[in-house]
Amino acid sequence: MKALCWRGQKDVAVERVPDPKIINPRDAIIKITTTAICGSDLHLYDGYIPTMKAGDILGHEFMGEVVETGHAVTNLKKGDRVVVPFTIACGGCFFCKKQFYSACDNSNPTPETAEAVYGASPSALFGYSHMFGGYAGGQAEFVRVPFADVGPVKVPAHLTDEQVLFLSDIFPTGYMAAENCNIEPGDTVAVWGCGPVGLFCIKSAFLLGAARVIAIDDVEGRLKRARECGAEAVNFAHVDLLKWLEERTAGRGPDSCIDAVGLEAHGTGIAGIYDRVKAATYMATDRPTALRQAIMACRKGGTVSIPGVYGGLLDKLPMGAAFAKGLTFKMGQTHVHKYLKPLIARIERGEIDPSFVITHRYKLADAARAYKEFSTMKDECLKVVLKP
Amino acid sequence: MAATLLTTAVKSAAGSGSRVARAVDRLPPARTNLSSTERWLSLAAGGTVAGLCLTGRTPPVLSTIIGTGLIYRALTGSCPCYRALGVNTAGSTKPRTAVPAGHGTRVEHAVTVNKPVADVYRFWRDFENLPRFMTHLIDVDATTDGRSHWIARGPLGTAVEWDAEIVTDVPNQVIAWRSLDGADVDTAGSVHFVELPHNRGTEVRVALKYDPPAGKVGTALATLVGKSPESQIKADMRHFRELMEAGEIPTIKGQPHGE
Repeated sequence: MKALCWRGQKDVAVERVPDPKIINPRDAIIKITTTAICGSDLHLYDGYIPTMKAGDILGHEFMGEVVETGHAVTNLKKGDRVVVPFTIACGGCFFCKKQFYSACDNSNPTPETAEAVYGASPSALFGYSHMFGGYAGGQAEFVRVPFADVGPVKVPAHLTDEQVLFLSDIFPTGYMAAENCNIEPGDTVAVWGCGPVGLFCIKSAFLLGAARVIAIDDVEGRLKRARECGAEAVNFAHVDLLKWLEERTAGRGPDSCIDAVGLEAHGTGIAGIYDRVKAATYMATDRPTALRQAIMACRKGGTVSIPGVYGGLLDKLPMGAAFAKGLTFKMGQTHVHKYLKPLIARIERGEIDPSFVITHRYKLADAARAYKEFSTMKDECLKVVLKP
Repeated sequence: MAATLLTTAVKSAAGSGSRVARAVDRLPPARTNLSSTERWLSLAAGGTVAGLCLTGRTPPVLSTIIGTGLIYRALTGSCPCYRALGVNTAGSTKPRTAVPAGHGTRVEHAVTVNKPVADVYRFWRDFENLPRFMTHLIDVDATTDGRSHWIARGPLGTAVEWDAEIVTDVPNQVIAWRSLDGADVDTAGSVHFVELPHNRGTEVRVALKYDPPAGKVGTALATLVGKSPESQIKADMRHFRELMEAGEIPTIKGQPHGE
């Protein structure tokens, strides 16, 4: 089959590889019908995530048709159309039973690195480095899905691939980030980053009852999309952001702040240069510009919710401000399994059509070019879907 | 040697019956890992090096370091290098069991399994399940009367075999076993089960002891070329939890990969 393989920093290529086969009893093989490139794939592309091996197949947002099932998979059959969560969860461990699916104890075959770096291993992920299990991803013609009896969800025939594909990651990720804010009627939510996850945060915050959403970015095309989602949008390059937020909330600050940017924040000014230097000299791994601002801006007793990916160590984080204001922090990989059915219901009721984020469509064979254009945001590239 | 050479020297210098000697007597026994033969050899070698140093026949700094090191391990009976390698030549005077105290390699590990204690106990009590999660085991054949025949991977692709018997079996609490005379490897093990309150699963604590055919050197070599016994038992117990909770052990072996 054809699959997009990681070769090294900023080097990916579509290669011919063997077809996947059933290895464990709870596996299924899915024939991919639609897959996507995620912003977090760019962290791999840019070489920020360690434990990648040349030849690893990328992709964690995908859906398709069941072509084969292991003997322990009784809820799926050949021909079923399914969306697959990017987090791999066994369904039986302490964490899965508590619906902390992205903390599954039993899906990572090689948890040693994560245990050393994080104290414990989170769940494995598709196509996201050997620290997270080394599973082959779904930017391919076929994919092996472990624990297929608890992950993949069957989708209604009347919904298109593009309407349901993002249930695999970014829609639940934005939704969980908003849910983590414990939004109360009348709340103001500020969202850093108007990429696909940020846009889903904005839409989800409104679905959950926010009165106002303020969207922050420096890419005008993305700010325009945020406005289309109903947010007030601000270009942080043109204002003193913290002062602007204080004025717009009449001194109180946003009730909750969502950092939908993560470890590759493009800071400006002295702090931005400082972070780049620290990261380049390996004195810090992540650049937390957005997170710093979110902490400083958030109202007293508010919530900072972090769907943006962080991988390592942060420097100059204003913990004193977080403590003084009594902030709540909520973060982590999305417990996708928990959100699949409720969010399918919202799509079916017409409350949201997740396909609004798609800007580019490519053949899988052109995936390498798609990565390049996505990483440079050429033609206002926001979300790429790939068709095998 | 009941008293170490060092404590004997201190006591004789301070005078027997003195406060120093009484204090020395109250010290806990030193953690020795050298046999008495090896300690006398160390003392002799250390003395020789020190003597050569005094006559100016060797570089003074190097020989001082080597000589002091040899005399230190002779006096204390403790060698940091051996300790780092897990080697112990001190032996033991305790009565013989499957693996006498001070012999062999002892490893322990605990995991919490999200299953009722009865399920966890029942799975372990069937020793034929053990090779499913203990990677060094090839096969365990449970016979009658709590006896079993074990085949395990030995060094350099060999197989080692032994018969074992269950010595303790308290349902849902503890199982303990040991190898019988004539074993290729003297071994003993135990597993304790504790059900946690409020359906939080079962704590499983395992302890294994092995006296491998090549002895301490074999264990040290195995550690150098592969997993240490500690990381091996940790991986095995993780596989046990995976089998109990997920019904299978996760793997990526055999999945497609680019060139």
